[in-house]
Amino acid sequence: MRTSRVIAATALVAALTVTATACGGGSDTGSGGGNSAPKSLTYWASNQGTSIENDKQVLEPELRKFEQQTGIKVNLEVVPWSDLLNRILAATASGQGPDVLNIGNTWSASLQATGALLPWDEATFAKIGGKDRFLPSTIASAGAPGKDPAAVPLYSMAYGLYYNKKMFAAAGIDKAPATWDEFQADAQKLTKDGKYGLAIEGGNVSENVHHAFTFGKQNGADFFDASGKPKFDSPEAVKAIKQYVDFIAKDKVAAPGNAEYSNNQTLSDFATGKAAMIMWQSAGANLKSQGMNPEDYGVAPLPIPAGATGDKAIKSMVAGINLAVFKNTKNLDGSLQFVKFMTSNEEQKTLNSTYGNIPPVKEAGKDPVFATPDLTTLNDVLATSSAPLPQVANESQFETLVGTAVKNLLAAAAAGKPVTEDSVKAELTKAQQQMPAS
Amino acid sequence: MRQRLRRLRHPRGALPYLLLLPALALELLIHLVPMVVGIVMSFKQLTQFFIRDWSAAPWTGLGNYRMAVDFSAPVGQSLLNSFWTTCCFTILSVGLSWLLGTAAAIYMQDAFRGRGILRALFLVPYALPVYAAVITWSFMFQRDTGLINHVLVDQLHLMDEKPFWLIGDNSFTALVVVSVWKSWPFAFLTLMAGLQNIPRELYEASSMDGAGVWQQIRKITLPSLRPVNQVLVLVLFLWTFNDFNTPYVLFGKSAPEAADLISIHIYQSSFVTWNFGVGSAMSVLLLLFLLLVTAVYLFLTSRRRDADA
Repeated sequence: MRTSRVIAATALVAALTVTATACGGGSDTGSGGGNSAPKSLTYWASNQGTSIENDKQVLEPELRKFEQQTGIKVNLEVVPWSDLLNRILAATASGQGPDVLNIGNTWSASLQATGALLPWDEATFAKIGGKDRFLPSTIASAGAPGKDPAAVPLYSMAYGLYYNKKMFAAAGIDKAPATWDEFQADAQKLTKDGKYGLAIEGGNVSENVHHAFTFGKQNGADFFDASGKPKFDSPEAVKAIKQYVDFIAKDKVAAPGNAEYSNNQTLSDFATGKAAMIMWQSAGANLKSQGMNPEDYGVAPLPIPAGATGDKAIKSMVAGINLAVFKNTKNLDGSLQFVKFMTSNEEQKTLNSTYGNIPPVKEAGKDPVFATPDLTTLNDVLATSSAPLPQVANESQFETLVGTAVKNLLAAAAAGKPVTEDSVKAELTKAQQQMPAS
Repeated sequence: MRQRLRRLRHPRGALPYLLLLPALALELLIHLVPMVVGIVMSFKQLTQFFIRDWSAAPWTGLGNYRMAVDFSAPVGQSLLNSFWTTCCFTILSVGLSWLLGTAAAIYMQDAFRGRGILRALFLVPYALPVYAAVITWSFMFQRDTGLINHVLVDQLHLMDEKPFWLIGDNSFTALVVVSVWKSWPFAFLTLMAGLQNIPRELYEASSMDGAGVWQQIRKITLPSLRPVNQVLVLVLFLWTFNDFNTPYVLFGKSAPEAADLISIHIYQSSFVTWNFGVGSAMSVLLLLFLLLVTAVYLFLTSRRRDADA
């Protein structure tokens, strides 16, 4: 009797633990792609506006226009960034997902490798007006080189150096820094009386890895070699990441508290004058919602090492959002129509100008709406001195692992522990060792 | 032969089992099938290239397990670290929760003014939704704007400099605090119920014999609560060891090393690096460990109870 009770209790524990961990199954092997539900679409949008609610307000009128034109009803769901990749993975594993979805353009190659997204060959592109309508750099960040892109560019953006004009004037600085030496001098001058020269989003893994990439390029580091093997801990990469971590560790131009920022506190610090500079993309709408007027700040390209040219003068990653069609869609024709609608000149103009982005569609970008000084600067960076993040299948693992490594280093720096080349290298080696063997 | 026929004609003995059948079928569907799927996955090389059709993923035999327990390589090493962290965390959290719960339950035993209000108040953490409660804690633990540092540094002047709670080594303390806060009301509730079953005469008789409060607690209260404690500690242990929500909401996807609990670690290994095979193998190892602990615990405690009786 007693033994059977022990066994029963043990079995119950077994059931409870493994159930909790065995999610993500499912084996829908259907080749997908059909037109059995031609009257409706499900669309997962990413969070582009100041809030999820704000996104709904922006998108819903446009979706109604689409319904009027085609008779197809679009069910919109705005998915926060923290959930989006997991939701896509779960949809991929179960075969149950949306018809059309937004993806961060850096995930393109990773998601392409899962086979969950519809490949965009010439014929498919022809249905939305051809590949040539898009800026080449944005197409390059829509999938691995040599393969049909996994998605279509929807919104584009580049990183810029946002600076507070009043604080610059008060410190006697008359123009934005163009090199890192100038940046150091300016940032030191601006760091005083509890205010800081710079704010960084140190607890945010994605922000960290984006900067690691740009700083890496400027120091001659590639995080993957030509054959796609990770090499995170090269001396160049160590130097690049140390430069970033030193903002808190050695230069002390960013507040130690920045190390735990992960809810856009960086933007609040900038808007409230606690920090004079930030490196950000599309900050305009968010700054405005926090009460900072466009005339109070300027946008310049990120600084570069003095005299750098070519890859060492890269000032931003090719940032942006791509629009993908889920291969298992039950409304393939409708999905393609929807992509055509969203990438039409008119929608591109409306949506990109509302969100403060740059249209990846060339024709739409010529509109005077995008000729503001900020956007002209960023557009120029995007066109002449930006590079896409590595488009390899393991890219999203790279983002998480290197981004986390930088987060750990910043945490150590903030706690007053010394950050040396050795400690940076050790952290990066650890990240690299966790990469899948493939 | 005739006996068997008769039993078939009068299937009275089968009826209870027939009634249990729906429950059994659902149990199989909801608990056992995912469990088996998880175990099968742990023998596959289930990476991003196969999640869309994971029956096509290649078998790796024990490859995932070897990777998980190879303690000289980074994956195994970090799993081991995470395991020890989780053990320390669980012992501290369960111990403190139990201690607080017991103390509070015993204090609340005697009637006094405001007892009802206090009892209700103590149960608030247990009644709050986990997400809302833990996210509030995460705001309070923020370094520059959080309430904790404001009280510790600005008001009480206990420390010169504001410490970080959500990153670095202090994150372990933060995690234990939140976990104890969240689970001690359950201990309190359970023990309070247990105390109702101890006959008052025992206390009266013992005080006639000259026993003090401390002796009463040691000689009457705690032994009488033994069966309750047996279940309570086990349940708290399993919940705490497996707790995912608290660290996930508190720290997000990448927990600081000092607070890298095993459930978050397994989540990282599968969802963040997209290697679901290794994640499943780790889950199965976790399951085996918890089964072992549970079986040994029940065996020991039951035997002791029989010996006592």
